[in-house]
Amino acid sequence: MTAAAKPEPTRRDFLYIATGAAATAGAVFAAWPFIDQMNPSSAVLAMASIEADLSAIQPGQQVIFKWRGHPLFVRRRTPKEIAEARAVQVSDLPDPLARNANLSDSAPATDAGRTIKPEWLVLVGVCTHLGCTPTVSTPGSPQGSFGGWLCHCHGSEYDTAGRIRKGPAPQNLAVPPYAFTGPTKIKVG
Amino acid sequence: MAGQSTYVPGTALTRWLDQRLPILRLVNDTVTTYPTPRNLNFWYVFGAILAFMLGVQIVTGIVLAMHYVPNADLAFGSVEGRIMREVNYGWLIRYTHANGASMFFLAVYIHMFRGLYYGSYKAPREVLWILGVFIYLLMMATAFFGYVLPWGQMSFWGATVITSLFSALDQIIPHLGSAITTWLWGDFAVGDATLNRFFSLHYLLPFAIAGVVMLHIWALHVPGNNNPLGIDPKGPQDMVPFHPYYTMKDAFYLALFVLFFAFFVFYAPNFFGNPDNYTQANPLVTPPDIVPEWYLLPYYAMLRSVPQKLLGVLVLLGAILTLLFIPWLDRSKTRSCRFRPVMKKLFWIFAVDCVLLGYAGAQSADAAWHLGGMDLPLVWLARLGTAYYFAFFWVLMPLVGKLERPKPVPESIAQSVLGKAGESK
Repeated sequence: MTAAAKPEPTRRDFLYIATGAAATAGAVFAAWPFIDQMNPSSAVLAMASIEADLSAIQPGQQVIFKWRGHPLFVRRRTPKEIAEARAVQVSDLPDPLARNANLSDSAPATDAGRTIKPEWLVLVGVCTHLGCTPTVSTPGSPQGSFGGWLCHCHGSEYDTAGRIRKGPAPQNLAVPPYAFTGPTKIKVG
Repeated sequence: MAGQSTYVPGTALTRWLDQRLPILRLVNDTVTTYPTPRNLNFWYVFGAILAFMLGVQIVTGIVLAMHYVPNADLAFGSVEGRIMREVNYGWLIRYTHANGASMFFLAVYIHMFRGLYYGSYKAPREVLWILGVFIYLLMMATAFFGYVLPWGQMSFWGATVITSLFSALDQIIPHLGSAITTWLWGDFAVGDATLNRFFSLHYLLPFAIAGVVMLHIWALHVPGNNNPLGIDPKGPQDMVPFHPYYTMKDAFYLALFVLFFAFFVFYAPNFFGNPDNYTQANPLVTPPDIVPEWYLLPYYAMLRSVPQKLLGVLVLLGAILTLLFIPWLDRSKTRSCRFRPVMKKLFWIFAVDCVLLGYAGAQSADAAWHLGGMDLPLVWLARLGTAYYFAFFWVLMPLVGKLERPKPVPESIAQSVLGKAGESK
C-alpha cells in the first residue's frame, strides 16, 4: 500500500497521528513533575530570608553571614576604600552593570549603584566565575591589586565595591535584595 | 568475528536449555571460542582489567551504601566515623572503593591511549570507539558524584565549581544558567538536596555503565579485535581462541594489577586523596586551592587556561566531545602507529602533552616556573598544552593522514609472528 497508490489520507492515518500526538503531549505532562521535583522545595524557599545585626562591625572589617546557603559579605568600608571605588570610571569596568537586586537590571555599576548606604557594602560572597568564596583584602593582608577580594580558585580580582576588575569572572559580585530595618540592622532576601 | 556458532551442548540438560534460552551458547561464543588475533600484546589486557574494576566498584559500593547516610549533617560522620572506624572492615572497603576509582581511570586511560596508538577507532570499529567514549563520560559523571558523597571541603567545593559550569549559559541567555544550577542543586547553593540526588545518581550510573559495557563488547565481537599490526586477519592461521590463550594472559596481568592496586589500598590509601577532604564541608570557607581528582586535571587545566568564563567551559566540553569525532578525523588507511612514522611522534607528544596539562591543572591558579630571573606563569603552559590538544585532533590528524607515507604493513599476522613458517601454512 504505497502513498502513490492511495494519496487520500485515511481515517486510520488520522487516528494514528491523533493517538501519537496525544501520547507525546501526555509524556511531556507526565515528565514535568519528575523535572520540577529537582527545584528548591517549599522548605528551602521558606528559609530564604535572614536578618543581620551590623552594630558590632568595625570600619575596615568584613563579617560573613549565611544566606540561602551562601556566604553573605557585609563590609564596613573606610572612607579611603569608598574614595577608591568612586575614583573608577564605569567605562573602565569589565562589567558595567550594577548587579544590584534593589535596582533595575540596567543600572550602571557606579559605587552608588552598589550600595544603599556608602559605608555598608552588602554582597553575595560567591565568585561569579565558578562559585568559590573570594578572600577579603585588608591592609595587613592584601589580596589582588584592587583592594577588594581575590578568588583563589581561578584568580578573579574584585575592587572595594565588589566589582570584577581582572580574571575569568564575568560579573560583579551580586548585591542581594536587602533593606535597612534600623540604623545598623538589615533584612536580606 | 561474528561467525558461525561452534557451540555443541554436551548434556541433555544443556541441550534442553539451549533450545529455550541459548545463554550458554552466548557465553561459549563470546568468551571461549571467540577467535582473537594471535599477536595481541600486553596493552590489550586492560579491557579485562576494566571489567574487573567495574565489578570491584559495584560490589564495594553496594556495601558502602549500607552504612552511608546521605544527609548534609551526617554524611561526613558516617564516612569518617562509622565506616572508617566502626564498621567491621569498613576502612578496607572504603579505601578499596576510593583507590579503585583511581585504578579504574588509570586502566581506562591506558586502554584509550592503546586504542589511539593502534588505530582501533577506525572502520569498522567506529561504533565500538564511540561506545567507549560514552562509558568514559559516564565514568567521569559517576566519579564526580561519588567524590561529593564524603561531604568534605573538597567534595563540597568541587561540586560547587563543576555545577557552576552551567551558569556560563547566563552569558548566552540571561538567567538560564542560574536557573539550571538552582535546579541541579535543589537549593540556592550546594546542600542537602544536592547530596541526596548525587547519592541516588552515584548508585544508578554504574549499572548504566555496565549496560554500555555490554554494548561495547558486542560492538567488539562483530568486527573482532584490532591488533598491534592494525591489519585484518586473513584466516584461522592468524587467530587463537580467546580461551585459554587470552583468559590466561588477562588473568596473569590482572593479578599483577591487583598487586599494584593493593599497594595503594594498604600502604598509601590517601596517596590519590586530598587532605582538605578530611575537613567537613563548610559553605562559608573555600579551601585555598581547589583541585579535582588527578584523572580530571588535564581538563581542569584547559578550563583555567581560558580567561573568559563561557569560552573556558566550551573548551572543556569541546576537549571531551572531540573524542567522538576521532574515527573521522584520522584519514589514514594504515591503522597502527607502528607503520606511521609521523603520527607515532605526534602521538607521543600528545601523551606528554596530557601529562603536562595534568601537572598544570594541579598547581594553584597563579603558579609560575622560575627560570633564571624570569617568571613563567603555568597558565601559559596550559594554554600551549590546550592548543596542542585541539591541534592534534583537528589539524594534525587529518593532515598527517593525507600527507604521511606509511611504512609497508606485513602480509599477514601469521607471517609477521612466525616469519617464513607462517607463510607456508
